[in-house]
Amino acid sequence: MNSVILQLAAKYIRALLVFFAFVALLRGHNQPGGGFIGGLLAALSIVYYSFAFDRQKIRKQLTIKPEGYIALGLLIILLSFLPSIIQGETLMKGIWISIPLYPLEELKLGTPLLFDIGVFMAVIGITLLFFFTLTKSR
Amino acid sequence: MTAIALPILFPFLLILVFIAVKSNRTAQLIAVVGTAVLVVISIYLFFEVQKYGILTLDMGGWKSPMAITLVVDYLSVLMLIVSSLIVFALSIYAIYFMPGQHKSTRFYVFFFALIMGVNGAFITGDVFNLYVWFEVILISSFVLIIIGNSKEQLEGGIKYMALNLIGSLLFLAGLGLLYGKTGTLNMAHLAQILRAEEQSILINSSTALFFIAFGIKAAVFPLFFWLPASYHTPNITISALFAGLLTKVGVYALIRFFTLFFVQDQAFWLNMLLVVAGFTMVVGGMAASAHYDVRRILSYHIISQIGYMIMGLAIFTPLAIAGAIFFMIHNMIAKTNTFLIAGMINKIKGTFYLKDIGGLLSQSPLLAVLFIIPAFALVGVPPLSGFFAKFILVKAGIESKDYIIVAVAVLTAMLTLYSMIKIWNEAFLKESPTTELAKSEEVKLRFGHFLPSIILGIASVLLGLFAATIFEFATRAANQLIEPAAYINSVLNHTMP
Amino acid sequence: MEIFLAILIGVLYTAGVYMVLRRSILKFIIGIIFMSNATNLLVFLASGIVAGKPAFVDDAVKNADNIADPLPQALVLTAVVIGFGLVVFALALKLKFFETTGTDDLDQLKKTDN
Repeated sequence: MNSVILQLAAKYIRALLVFFAFVALLRGHNQPGGGFIGGLLAALSIVYYSFAFDRQKIRKQLTIKPEGYIALGLLIILLSFLPSIIQGETLMKGIWISIPLYPLEELKLGTPLLFDIGVFMAVIGITLLFFFTLTKSR
Repeated sequence: MTAIALPILFPFLLILVFIAVKSNRTAQLIAVVGTAVLVVISIYLFFEVQKYGILTLDMGGWKSPMAITLVVDYLSVLMLIVSSLIVFALSIYAIYFMPGQHKSTRFYVFFFALIMGVNGAFITGDVFNLYVWFEVILISSFVLIIIGNSKEQLEGGIKYMALNLIGSLLFLAGLGLLYGKTGTLNMAHLAQILRAEEQSILINSSTALFFIAFGIKAAVFPLFFWLPASYHTPNITISALFAGLLTKVGVYALIRFFTLFFVQDQAFWLNMLLVVAGFTMVVGGMAASAHYDVRRILSYHIISQIGYMIMGLAIFTPLAIAGAIFFMIHNMIAKTNTFLIAGMINKIKGTFYLKDIGGLLSQSPLLAVLFIIPAFALVGVPPLSGFFAKFILVKAGIESKDYIIVAVAVLTAMLTLYSMIKIWNEAFLKESPTTELAKSEEVKLRFGHFLPSIILGIASVLLGLFAATIFEFATRAANQLIEPAAYINSVLNHTMP
Repeated sequence: MEIFLAILIGVLYTAGVYMVLRRSILKFIIGIIFMSNATNLLVFLASGIVAGKPAFVDDAVKNADNIADPLPQALVLTAVVIGFGLVVFALALKLKFFETTGTDDLDQLKKTDN
């Protein structure tokens, strides 16, 4: 496809999608959102971009290949199990730390967020892998 | 006890390693070592179960009916040991029989994904978690079955996919209805609620859906058509893996569900299972005797043997359930072994078609001996494992006066004998046919080719020699299943050290 | 609302079964998509669907009538994800099959049957 409107729009929409992907990822602990939805949005940004431009070129230009995203995601998921094991708690128990930020409230970080980031990465990888496999030019 | 999660976590770790590893040689080495570690882990869990009774782990630090619970009782741990032994043998086998080509480490990624799914299905105590593990198994087996991309494989893959997708949909529907009625998906909690429940009408709809879903997975009589259409297409290593593990996960789920909480309308469901078991045995056995491709004979034979396990469940006495468990242990090992032998026959002769091969007895006496062990075990010749398994089932059948199913079981043993003798006659005894198809150059197999089959053969023999010990453990597993008070108690009340 | 959802689920299952029984592989996959959506809705409906209530509430809200059961939502989300993966895989398989054989007709799939 070679449409100027689409190509121009793609640049802005990509930025928007990536932004909302991170919003969805970060708010997703107790509210709608989370790793899977964020991951889908992030993958969509690349998918949308490759509709407007040459798909195979986009695929080559990816810094991390889809397989790499999957591996990274699985690794982060595995890492998110570690704190609970180290602390001697049951497996997959959420371990939280809070960082006080003076003018604002505190910032709470925990293993569920790490797990969500892992899911985020893995979903990006899997969606891209599916997309590039199904739309292979032949 | 975090160690309970190791049969899931360890394959997960290995999947990551295999994504990173590029060299085929390294991957093979890691696979063999990794599966050996799995054997060690499951044996360790076995001793823990012996020491402490039923082990439970509530994931995420939630309390039990809320949390996803992992439960290891005797049945789970016996299945874990057998499946890890099988995958250990197969990881050695894969070195020699998986074509080492471009991207062959991908095979190991899905190999271990399948192992993770199977182990997860064996140790989970939550119905939805079981569904997730079933899907993990399904997706990895989809990928494994079409490795190689030949026409037959894709066709077999589509048939395998079609029925199994419908099976998982029915599973999910049954699960949703069950949750709607009871408000829980924790198996122990379900057992507590449903065992106190008198009304069966509301539960029967879910029971029927689960019965069909697991029936498809286990390949019982009217639902088995995907199995013979697909199991003979992939590489023989993968066929052997599927033969040993996949259908047995379905049988495991049937045993678990119908002993633990689907106990309302037992008069109907057990009779239903009994009828299904009888037909499964006979139809599988008869279809096996009509074929001449080794892999097809063995595929139909899997179905026929599933019938015996369902028969044990259907008779529903402690002895019969113990028999079914013993039979599962024996069958997983022996069945995988026959597939390994089929692969070796193919390696030597270049074909699986019995009419084109022959003279293997003089050509490779060791292979003949290795074939005799699982074949006789499957037929049920003492002192091999199959004899005791069938003996216990038949005894249980006679004790509970189910004479028809006993007659069917004995007759099916004849059919098994017939198809095994056919393979023996055609492949080993008969003179090698001098047709064009017969391979001119002879392939010599090295010791490594035989090693996995030797391991499983020894396991079969030991299972027969120490049948009393194994039967003791199977009885304990059966007692835990028939009297689930201990199971419910240790999951819900945390009576864990 | 339950009655409409029940009818919708019925319609989806009907459409799904009809599509699954067609001869084309692609239509089979569409049928599976219908049935998988119907099943997801069924799980939702069976476990007590409520409208406009949050699944998570603060400690301040003590009244359990004002919340929705979060578990079916989690179950359906997981089931949707799994269904998505399976359908995409099925499509990829169909594509590969079409490339190798040039047919979309289920009646041509007779090689592995006997």
